[in-house]
Amino acid sequence: MSTLTLDQSLMARARELAALAAQPVIDLAHRHTTVSVERAVLRLAGLTGTDPVTGEGRTEDRVPWANRVVDAVRDQVGLESGVALPVWHALASGRSLQQLAEEVGAGTARFEIPSGTAADRARQAARAAAATGIARIDANRRRREELVATHGDPPRRPWIYLIVATGDIHEDIPQAQAAARAGADVIAVIRSTGQSLLDYVPEGATRTGYAGTYATQENFRLMRAALDDVSAELGRYVRLTNYASGLCMPEIAVLAGLERLDMMLNDAMYGILFRDINPRRTFVDQRFSRMVHARAGIIINTGEDNYLTTADAVDEAHTVTVSQLLNETLAKEAGLEDWQLGLGHAFEIDPDVPESFRLELAHALLARTLFPDAPLKWMPPTKHMTGDVFRGYLLDGFFNLAGALTGQGILLVGMMTEAVVTPWLSDRDLALRNVRYVLDAAGNLAEDFAPPPGGFIARRADTVLREAVDLLGRIAEHPDGLIQAIADGTFGITKRPADGGKGLDGVVATGPDAYNPALELLAEKEVSHA
Amino acid sequence: MPDGTIVRPYGDTTGDGMVQTSFTLPVPAGPRAEGAALQLATKMGIQPAMVVHSHAIDSGYTFFVVYGSVQHLVDLDAVVVEERAYPLLSSSEINGAIRSRLNRKLVVLGACIGTDAHTVGIDAILNVKGFAGEKGLEYLREMAVTNLGAQVTVPELVARARTARADAVLVSQVVTQKDAHLRNTRELAAAFREAMGESRPLLVVGGPRFDPAMAADLGVDKVFGRGTTPGEVASYLIHALVKEPA
Repeated sequence: MSTLTLDQSLMARARELAALAAQPVIDLAHRHTTVSVERAVLRLAGLTGTDPVTGEGRTEDRVPWANRVVDAVRDQVGLESGVALPVWHALASGRSLQQLAEEVGAGTARFEIPSGTAADRARQAARAAAATGIARIDANRRRREELVATHGDPPRRPWIYLIVATGDIHEDIPQAQAAARAGADVIAVIRSTGQSLLDYVPEGATRTGYAGTYATQENFRLMRAALDDVSAELGRYVRLTNYASGLCMPEIAVLAGLERLDMMLNDAMYGILFRDINPRRTFVDQRFSRMVHARAGIIINTGEDNYLTTADAVDEAHTVTVSQLLNETLAKEAGLEDWQLGLGHAFEIDPDVPESFRLELAHALLARTLFPDAPLKWMPPTKHMTGDVFRGYLLDGFFNLAGALTGQGILLVGMMTEAVVTPWLSDRDLALRNVRYVLDAAGNLAEDFAPPPGGFIARRADTVLREAVDLLGRIAEHPDGLIQAIADGTFGITKRPADGGKGLDGVVATGPDAYNPALELLAEKEVSHA
Repeated sequence: MPDGTIVRPYGDTTGDGMVQTSFTLPVPAGPRAEGAALQLATKMGIQPAMVVHSHAIDSGYTFFVVYGSVQHLVDLDAVVVEERAYPLLSSSEINGAIRSRLNRKLVVLGACIGTDAHTVGIDAILNVKGFAGEKGLEYLREMAVTNLGAQVTVPELVARARTARADAVLVSQVVTQKDAHLRNTRELAAAFREAMGESRPLLVVGGPRFDPAMAADLGVDKVFGRGTTPGEVASYLIHALVKEPA
């Protein structure tokens, strides 16, 4: 595979600075919990369902029991100790978690923080309950390995990633199956607009999403089952992707593990920068969610492509590299391995810029060289897709060629109708024909493609890496590292103060007796890996 | 170039009427599908039509590319151009207008008022993430945007607008039970009128159930309905607040 010869000491420096910049964020995550982390514990222990008296008739608006229980615990005894101690203490008298939730609904549940042997008993019971969820996640990981062994992986890289998004899970399913038959290796179901800002996970099989389909446990299950059928038919394991980023990262990560999703969009900073979610909330949530993904054997996809849709793809190329390095540092601390890091980047340089394709190759090869063992996620042009579908089809062809030439791991199929309509059946078909032509014609061209040292591509990659190291240096110098850098607007675009944005009231500093059985179980796994 | 006001599409000869189009029919590929495509093309006014390419998609669909001469004539005299009250501007035009004509940032406050917890509308307009492929107002460097989020009370919003010296206040309303969106909007307009009179900020409301013609009736400056994009809102703010030099 083609790679560049980059300055080794500069690459090492970039990683040192990324680790320095991220450390305060990691410390923060160790000292706090969030409402979504605590709800994730209850979901691992098997709590499902919604409070039927909420939601004004729409099932998607009903408040899940996980939310009702965490809110009740918080009102009565606070969340500083976590939800496990008071909940499993309350369960000591023999009722089930589901029954307790209904008592919360009726307003009769009473919580207290146990101490002494009562606390020991509550911890043991909570651990056993959470372990059932973790066991199911482990079983799903083994099941995926078996199915991949039976049906096989896609015959080549990059894996072809295609999106469906009708809003109705029962429409999504035949479209996803058709896409898989037409050659898609990975199906992503886009979420309903704004789900990332809901502070609860809707339930059930949903048919009413707007510009996307709600991420629910039941929708996950239905789609995974449909793709299992088509995998058997095709003799190729078709992977399923959804989106964790947002206010419910920890819970959606748990649901993904419980229903054997294979990849998840999970960016450490996307919610902060693009959705105005509170930075502390995001950093605490992303760590827990990534620990769950690590355990589930899920490949994460990060969101660096978004930077290039808001900023100039040449001037701001280094911010992509910086974000990739930060995402890598934070992901590894949470237990993810290189093969699980689908670090994002995109083909978004203005095609009117001279040498734009060579610049794209330089940026793509920089990522390939910096992260040799990560399955990079290569995102198609969107910003310069103008509605001229003919030019768009050509641009997508060059995007596909760049992907093949630079050894990308996951290729999101570009649509010539980007910015015009949500993809039609024929748009997807033509887009897949474009990908197949390029991969069949030039899929192995990487073998013959070695940009000369000191040439245009090598020089450009070196420049971007140096700019990235400069920016990382500035971030690392901040006494509060990344969080302060984000507050100051270092990533361009907009300033996000540490105490602003959505979801801050869901962040709680943990006390000395805090107990989270999921964190304990997931951390043990990490130790056994080391 | 033909003179006169009647024109036809141009392939390579004046008056040839040539067009190309593509579409998919839910018919398995084969002679019957090609016949169906020709029938559709003929009904579209393309005569004679040529199906120059077709291929199967999945098992039950066929995609066609059709060329042919369209029989319809275009009467240029009958063309009506709808004039929008304000031009749609690009991000750089918006930033440029504020920079050159206002000499400070344009201050925008957004919120969902009353008990409405559905921030999807205001978030789509304000968040960098945006909506329909357009970035939200936060992305505009010359706008100072604050999204106050959900369940903001009207007095709180008035106070925040005064402190921030807001040029514009944007409010989105999704819940329409018992016309809550209309009642809340009238309350908003009355509160700003009472507190600040003529010096009140520009009031803009939006939501899927609003009728854009109701602005005057509700006492606000502008109402946006379903499907409004951030670019339309930003362009309106420039039109209303950043005057062209006379």
